[in-house]
Amino acid sequence: MTDQATPQEGRRRAETGGADDGTVAVDERNDETSVPEGAAGGPASNAPALPKRGEVIIEVDEIGKSYGSVIALRDVTTSVRAGEVTCVLGDNGAGKSTFIKILAGAHEHTSGSFVVDGIKRQFSSPRAALALGIATVYQDLAVVPLMPVWRNFFLGSEVTKGWGPLRRLDIPTMKEITKSELAAMGIDLRDVDQPIGTLSGGERQCVAIARAVYFGARVLILDEPTAALGVRQSGVVLKYIAAARDRGLGVIFITHNPHHAYPVGDRFMMLRRGRSMGDFPRAEMTLDELVRMMAGGTELEALGHELQREMPESEMSRSFEQEIGSLEQGRERD
Amino acid sequence: MTTTVPAPEAPETPQDERVSSRAGTAKVLRRPEVGAAVAALAILIFFSLTTASFAQPSGASTWIFTASSFAIMATAVALLMIGGEFDLSAGAMIGATGLTTGIMMTEYGLNVWVSIGAALLLALVLGFLNGLIVMRTGLPSFIVTLGTFFVLRGVDLAVTKQLINQVSVTSFQRADGFTSGQQFFGSFVKIDLGWLPWVDTGRQTLTVYAATFWAVGVVIVATWVLLRTRFGNWIFAVGGAQTSARQVGVPVFFTKVILFMTTAFAGWLVGMLSLFKTTTVQSTTGVGQEFIFIICAVVGGCLLTGGYGSAVGAALGALIYGMVSQGIVYEGWDSDWVYAFLGVMLLGAVVVNNWVKARAEALR
Repeated sequence: MTDQATPQEGRRRAETGGADDGTVAVDERNDETSVPEGAAGGPASNAPALPKRGEVIIEVDEIGKSYGSVIALRDVTTSVRAGEVTCVLGDNGAGKSTFIKILAGAHEHTSGSFVVDGIKRQFSSPRAALALGIATVYQDLAVVPLMPVWRNFFLGSEVTKGWGPLRRLDIPTMKEITKSELAAMGIDLRDVDQPIGTLSGGERQCVAIARAVYFGARVLILDEPTAALGVRQSGVVLKYIAAARDRGLGVIFITHNPHHAYPVGDRFMMLRRGRSMGDFPRAEMTLDELVRMMAGGTELEALGHELQREMPESEMSRSFEQEIGSLEQGRERD
Repeated sequence: MTTTVPAPEAPETPQDERVSSRAGTAKVLRRPEVGAAVAALAILIFFSLTTASFAQPSGASTWIFTASSFAIMATAVALLMIGGEFDLSAGAMIGATGLTTGIMMTEYGLNVWVSIGAALLLALVLGFLNGLIVMRTGLPSFIVTLGTFFVLRGVDLAVTKQLINQVSVTSFQRADGFTSGQQFFGSFVKIDLGWLPWVDTGRQTLTVYAATFWAVGVVIVATWVLLRTRFGNWIFAVGGAQTSARQVGVPVFFTKVILFMTTAFAGWLVGMLSLFKTTTVQSTTGVGQEFIFIICAVVGGCLLTGGYGSAVGAALGALIYGMVSQGIVYEGWDSDWVYAFLGVMLLGAVVVNNWVKARAEALR
């Protein structure tokens, strides 16, 4: 709804020098709906405005984290830009969680630099990250299954009207906003009154993303949003990631699946055993290369050979070949 | 049912064509209190037809009073249960506040309102302590309030015996300001229902005690809070998924402590209502009722696991209890059958509630 207003605001702020001079860039949306203050923990509504598309919001340089003598993460360099998706790829135990916890403010980094809006930062709490518009959607999504979708959307930041003992929830407004915000993300719910537990995993992800966006997130950290989902639901979530990107947000997409990362990613950063394997813009990367790097290159090739040998010529493979052949013929005819 | 729904906001929120008009009926049937409403109606009809006194105004006065005072407690306990906690000290709280007021009035000759205020303060402090201990230690509230229950029960008896050498307080009609206190908590109105076709002469007077008006007020306020305020939203959230609630900024500690204090407040209110109606209070007043409140709430649709339920439902649960406990007397059966009945109701309600919950959480 403020798609056009916010980038302009960002530009104006950029001109007047520094997007973080302490003045409150009140979001118009929050003005008209009077989201109450003290929505502690919820994404801050007075986060700086969205910068221009393609502008760097977060820059990390050789960032690292060690717990005593245990080095959990080292030498990670990447950037997050407005309107782009930065994918963080890595197998289990590669250091993805440590990395996002640093970005989300849950852990403090112990080396390197972490720059937001051109200013060096050291977050001491998730609240500090939220104040700068860095919101994290964790795997459990922070939803209450038995509560209706709209109540979940506004939980902790409810819109009210009236005053004193008659101060009450502005239910029509909240339902309407929920419906329109979800529609803007490309999800069309039958009924925002249904318990959120009745939604599919992908739709629930969408509600969590839409909520973060609505409450002023500029950078969205998505912690393995496709991990527990089937192929189709994963596709749905990828669509929402693209929708958030198209609204001008910076997105950090954590995943271990290169096939999910490649279609939406603008930048890929690979982690392996706590180290960065490099940070590549999409132009320098093909899907094959990405898969190969993820799987550890030669290891995968060896695995491929091994699997091939164990699949001798059989009824099944012959029927597959026939099917592929007939499909190709069909395509030629068209 | 589908055509009578007034829809002032209809132009702004056009009905989605995928929501069939039957969804409205289904939505009503999915409300947590529907089961209790159906059961209450069935029980009302049963006792009205099988006993002579149940449906007579003078006979109804008794069970309406019982149902009213239980409805106040059950409503508060239901809010707490929706918030994911139990309070087993709720029953003993009734006795503790009644005794405090009674002893202050008779033994120390204090003004009635001073005594009532002191009892209220005591109740709120105890409720706060319940909440504080549960939240600080992370222990199940079942255990913490079981402890409070035994402490209260013991203190009620011991302190009363120590102070006044007996186990009950009576005859405080002479206390300063008693009349105004009784107007507030112990008065009643008599309604002549002789015009109803089934009413016999001589039994046409329905006595409605103050407790009933208080109960209606409590249920209305509780429903308003639950469904129309931020705090109500928080109650459902802390009971449904506490971690999630905390993550999005719901003040979990505040919400739960207020809920424990609300239950204690309800205990005080019922304590006052029974004190001024019966003009006597015993050390054991309220003891043993704590489970009945929980059963009323569960019969009214509250989940034992929290996050779901309604205030109206809990009041209907209390109505069922009130009707059954009096109806059994009118039938001439042994009154102990009430407990057997309660057990069956509880089991049935839990099964139904869990089924509803599973339906609500199921993927569609």
